[in-house]
Amino acid sequence: MKGVVWQGAGRIGVETVPDPELLLPTDALIRVTSTAICGSDLHLMDGVIPSMERGDLLGHEFMGEVIEVGRDVKKLRVGQRVVVPFNIACGLCDPCRRGLFSACDNSNPNHRMAEALYGAVSGGGLFGYSHLYGGYAGGQAQYVRVPFADVGPFVVPDGVKDEQVLFLTDIFPTGYQAAENCGITPGRDVVAVFGAGPVGQFAARSAMMLGAARVIVIDRLPERLEMAARGGADTLNYELEDVLIGLQERTGGRGPDHVIDAVGLEAHGHGPGALADTVKQRARLTFDRITALRWAIQSCAKGGTVSMPGVYGGLVDKMPMGAAFAKGLVFRMGQTHTHRYLDPLMKRIEAGDIDPSFVITHRARLDDAPRLYQTFRDKQDHCIKVVLDPWA
Amino acid sequence: MTGGNRVRAGGVEAPQVRSSLPPNPLNRPAISSGPERAVWGALAAGVGTLAFGRRHGPLARVALLALGGGLVTLAATGRNPLYDALKLRQNDAGEILVREAVTVGRPPHEVYARWRDLSRLPDFMEMLERIEVLHGTRSRWTVRGPAGPLTFEAELTADEPGQRIAWRTVPGPGVQHHGEVTFRPAPGDRGTEVLARYGYAPPGGPAGAAIARILNHEPGQRTRDDLMRLKRIMELGFIPTAKGQTSGRGVRAGKV
Repeated sequence: MKGVVWQGAGRIGVETVPDPELLLPTDALIRVTSTAICGSDLHLMDGVIPSMERGDLLGHEFMGEVIEVGRDVKKLRVGQRVVVPFNIACGLCDPCRRGLFSACDNSNPNHRMAEALYGAVSGGGLFGYSHLYGGYAGGQAQYVRVPFADVGPFVVPDGVKDEQVLFLTDIFPTGYQAAENCGITPGRDVVAVFGAGPVGQFAARSAMMLGAARVIVIDRLPERLEMAARGGADTLNYELEDVLIGLQERTGGRGPDHVIDAVGLEAHGHGPGALADTVKQRARLTFDRITALRWAIQSCAKGGTVSMPGVYGGLVDKMPMGAAFAKGLVFRMGQTHTHRYLDPLMKRIEAGDIDPSFVITHRARLDDAPRLYQTFRDKQDHCIKVVLDPWA
Repeated sequence: MTGGNRVRAGGVEAPQVRSSLPPNPLNRPAISSGPERAVWGALAAGVGTLAFGRRHGPLARVALLALGGGLVTLAATGRNPLYDALKLRQNDAGEILVREAVTVGRPPHEVYARWRDLSRLPDFMEMLERIEVLHGTRSRWTVRGPAGPLTFEAELTADEPGQRIAWRTVPGPGVQHHGEVTFRPAPGDRGTEVLARYGYAPPGGPAGAAIARILNHEPGQRTRDDLMRLKRIMELGFIPTAKGQTSGRGVRAGKV
């Protein structure tokens, strides 16, 4: 089959590799019909995530048709059309039972590698996201092996198009969880979203669905701010005005009741240069590593929530804890517990509350992946979200 | 002396464990015996003299002073900073101590029963090739070593159903060790807290343990993986893996 392969830092290729096979009786095989490039894939491309190996298959946003199931798979059936959460969860451990699927105890075979990096604990496995997260082959390919087939894959109705449900795999639930973590009081609370990339777009629209009185989206790229504005958000271009003053003006001097940091830095223990790169790639907000988080803390209203879907991976320096303490802020963060949002967000899509395909700017063949990784990373051609067809 | 790598023999920090490890059957010297400390002291003096010589720049001088300081610490306290760095713990008898804990989402009697079935320990203990149960409380263990399999005999020294199992090796060839594992209910219906503790006299003494650690062949490093495999076997019935999957690396590894 064809698959998008990590060939070393800065080198993404499309190669012919052996078809995947079932490795365990609880696995399923999926024929991928649509897959997307995530902002976090760009960090893999640039080699800032440790433990990648040449030949690793990339991709954690994918959907398709079930073509084979292992003998211990009870619910999933061949022929079903499914979206697959980007995180891999066993469904049986204590975190999974509590709905904390991204913190699964059992799905990461390389847990000790992650424990060595973080000191004590590790999250669950991820598709196509380094050996630190389990070394599972990704889904930017024609076929993919899906472990825990009765836990992750979510059957979608035939009536809806791939593009409407594909982002249930990651960025829609990620933005939604970020908004949900704010505990928005409908009709009253103002929510600010730093970063108007795909996750920021979904966070802003989710905040509106949850009843935010007003949503303010902050970025510097006009096309991203325009997309947010089309969704009903106020916008603030921090290159044109001072962020903190701008937010004060837009909130009667109180500051936003909740602030979502959809920027993050996703640096897993490497040098300052790599950290700065990570922020530049994902956030387009700053050359300073935690400027978005710092602004979030400084701007947030008293007793508000700083919600962080943006990924933090290393150690944070110069964080304004005094301001956070003085205002009594609440911090909510973490990888998305994707599994728990599949059903409710599918219902939102079916009800017409949202059509997630609004975020797509580029559609291409899998063969074009290397070029589009580049385009996406370099913000060329107003690129916000790329969807690939493995069979075109 | 505070914290660090030297804990009291038996290393009982958790008061819930009713009994400490059995007394060390061997009589290995502690890491820094008198003569050993004298050697470190002499080395420290030498390095210190070098540091105050005229031929070194400021950076070299700082480095030499730091090295001398480390050697002085070794000589004075008997503590080995290398052990701290490598997270090796040792008791007064010179044994390396291993402690690892995991919570398994099954009741204590089930987890105990899985462990008590000694012949199945190799399912989750990576270094064990096999265990043959002999008679009574005796068993014969075959362990994967860096230089081929090692065989020795062990005997149970405690067996409290649902709560605790302890064992020690029978004096003879092979790595001498003793250990115990305790099982107690986790609060809030979360299953069982499993605490495994081993003490062993490393072949080649403390230096051997340090080298094994660096080579990723020290039993303490394996214990964490072993307990996670136990947890996964008990909670899932299998051990998740990505080994053998497809990749662009050409040759496909064997199926697991």
